[in-house]
Amino acid sequence: MSFNWRWDFTWDILPRLLAATLNTLIAAGAGYAIALVLGLILALAQRTGWRGLTVAVREFVEFIRSTPLVLQIFFVFYVGPQFGIRLSPWTSGMIAIGLHYSAYLSEVYRAGIEAVPKGQWEACRAINMSTRDTYLRIIIPQALPPSIAGMGNYLVGIFKDTPMLSVIGVAELMHTANAIGSESYRFLEPYTLVGVIFLAISLPTAGLIRLFEGWVRRKLGL
Amino acid sequence: MDMSAYPLELPEGDRPMVRFMNVTKSYGKLVVLDQLNLDISEGEMVSVIGPSGSGKTTVLRMLMTLETINGGVIYVDGKPLTHMPKNGTLVPADEKYLRRMRASIGMCFQHFNLFPHMTALQNCMEGPVQVLGLSKAEARARSEELLTMVGMIDKKDQHPSRLSGGQQQRVAIARALAMRPKVMLFDEVTSALDPEVIGEVTNVIRKLVTEHNLTMLMVTHQMGFARDISDRVCFFFGGKIEEQGPPDELFGNPQRDRTKQFLSAVKDAD
Amino acid sequence: MSIWEYMQIYGARLASGTAITCAQFVLAALIAIVVALLAGLGKLSQNWLIRGTSVVYIEIFRGTSLLVQLYWIFFVLPLFGITLPKFVAGFVSVGLNVGSYGAELVRGAIQSVPKGQWEAAYALSMSPAKRMRRIILPQAIGIMLPPWGNLLIELLKGTALVSLISVADLMFQAKQINASTFLSAQSFGIALVIYYILARFFITPFMRRMERAMARRLGKA
Ligand SMILES: Nc1ncnc2c1ncn2[C@@H]1O[C@H](COP(=O)(O)OP(=O)(O)OP(=O)(O)O)[C@@H](O)[C@H]1O
Ligand SMILES: [Mg+2]
Repeated sequence: MSFNWRWDFTWDILPRLLAATLNTLIAAGAGYAIALVLGLILALAQRTGWRGLTVAVREFVEFIRSTPLVLQIFFVFYVGPQFGIRLSPWTSGMIAIGLHYSAYLSEVYRAGIEAVPKGQWEACRAINMSTRDTYLRIIIPQALPPSIAGMGNYLVGIFKDTPMLSVIGVAELMHTANAIGSESYRFLEPYTLVGVIFLAISLPTAGLIRLFEGWVRRKLGL
Repeated sequence: MDMSAYPLELPEGDRPMVRFMNVTKSYGKLVVLDQLNLDISEGEMVSVIGPSGSGKTTVLRMLMTLETINGGVIYVDGKPLTHMPKNGTLVPADEKYLRRMRASIGMCFQHFNLFPHMTALQNCMEGPVQVLGLSKAEARARSEELLTMVGMIDKKDQHPSRLSGGQQQRVAIARALAMRPKVMLFDEVTSALDPEVIGEVTNVIRKLVTEHNLTMLMVTHQMGFARDISDRVCFFFGGKIEEQGPPDELFGNPQRDRTKQFLSAVKDAD
Repeated sequence: MSIWEYMQIYGARLASGTAITCAQFVLAALIAIVVALLAGLGKLSQNWLIRGTSVVYIEIFRGTSLLVQLYWIFFVLPLFGITLPKFVAGFVSVGLNVGSYGAELVRGAIQSVPKGQWEAAYALSMSPAKRMRRIILPQAIGIMLPPWGNLLIELLKGTALVSLISVADLMFQAKQINASTFLSAQSFGIALVIYYILARFFITPFMRRMERAMARRLGKA
């Protein structure tokens, strides 16, 4: 084999990669925050009872879910300038990834809400509770625990999709590894380290989410 | 474990179809069967009754080798089942030996366990073709004959999901018989059935008893049926045979207190 | 420029890109299915070496990103003496990535076949291999078809990344056309619609047909 792993080079580039990891985590966190809120809006919009809106939102969710994220990132980044709106790589990246995952999260919420027995709605109606209170006080607390596994999966998913932001120049982990590669003509160390960093974060996170899910279930006596 | 007490093969003249010899089964600390000794002779119909958790199912599953045993040896037709001879002593049987030996045993389950992706006929042909290596034509002839015997020939091309519980159980009996086992095991084959279809399954078993010379071991909660068709009834209690004998004696004149209590309890329940 | 004019000029390039995307999809799907079966069965194996290999494969490919895997396979693997043409590196990466998710579907489906089915096959003296092949797998396939439908759409989306190692797929063509014309809304918009059509009107109906065929085999339809 003609490869040789160079430790000195590894120690040289590790600080840069770790700094970029911070950006990756920020991107994942911000994208996820957008997705959580937007996903809830998409889920609730499908429950207004207004058929036209429900169908439109469903189609939109389907569309987002069946087209590639990397293409959506390009779309958001490049289409603005065509109409005179300039968005920074970070802003377009967060919009695209947040929007993409909001479609997935809306499905998680929807399944969670639909899993709450119909009797709960009827009980709220019987004591004349407002729709807002019914959601906030009765439905959402019950819809949340079964949704945690799905929500957690997509947190890890969004984290693993952040490398796609490198295509529009967001200085996250993959982008930094590419830069190191083209400066030094060494790809073995940067790309392998990126893989290791991803594993080191995503595996424990997935484990923690499982623990958290169990904890919530016990807490709620389920 | 000292295996010298167990013969490599049972001697001529002392060869019941099935022999449990000091068989022990435990799950962790829970001893489910304790030093069980039980002989079943060729062509005999033995019913097993007893309270829930007394180890009835476990006896059948051990004989089907679905469970490993922790002590003792089971013999079938004179040859060890759970063990195999090696260098003049018995060692735990390997998968290949087990597969050969268990071909002489057939089993019907409480929940039928028919293969849902196969029709009734295909269910019956699966074993003969895939395991015994029969030609499709031979297996089909054999299976159709058995499906006729259990009264299911007109439904032979139906999938299990289209059959009632009683019909599924009759197909399951035909499927087991298609392997031409020497010993048939029935584990509460009527417990999952609606009352009105129990008769169609018990009638098939009755037919097997009168018209075929099969050795059968049957776990059941239907005391009347057990009394009717068994040559012998074993009452299990706490992992042991508490009492056994011909049905009329065991049901008509039980000797042990526990047997009396159990029988009067099930009579009250009826 | 109207969409009509745009399509007259660039339609052929988008069509050739679509053809490459379809080829990547089919080849990656074949790899994903084979690898998923092997690793899914491997994870249930009695042999610790097979089990360990399967777990390591699954965790590595699920724990990192497709893009990282793609770059690694295309740029780093040659250092180990394995040089794949970009087209091959593309579908192999996508296939291996999706296969790791598929492996979990295979394992889950096999484990959800009722225990009684194993026991019934065992009681018929079937060998372990026959039990798996003739009794368990056919039922497991019925259980895992619906989630595989979603996974294949993820796979289609994943193929868009091969454009980043210059495989001339649909994504690549859209990017090239955009770079020379700055007609971003048209270029990326049409590409999005084509991906949507492939997913919604080809993959999804195909999987529904498979599910119906499977239901018929189980005598449920
Ligand atoms: N896999 C297992 N692990 C642990 N304990 C078991 C297992 N299978 C059976 N047992 C225990 O073994 C004992 C005997 O079980 P078995 O199923 O043989 O009872 P049974 O007489 O058939 O009862 P029933 O009439 O309810 O079917 C029970 O106490 C049961 O809890
Ligand atoms: Mg039982």
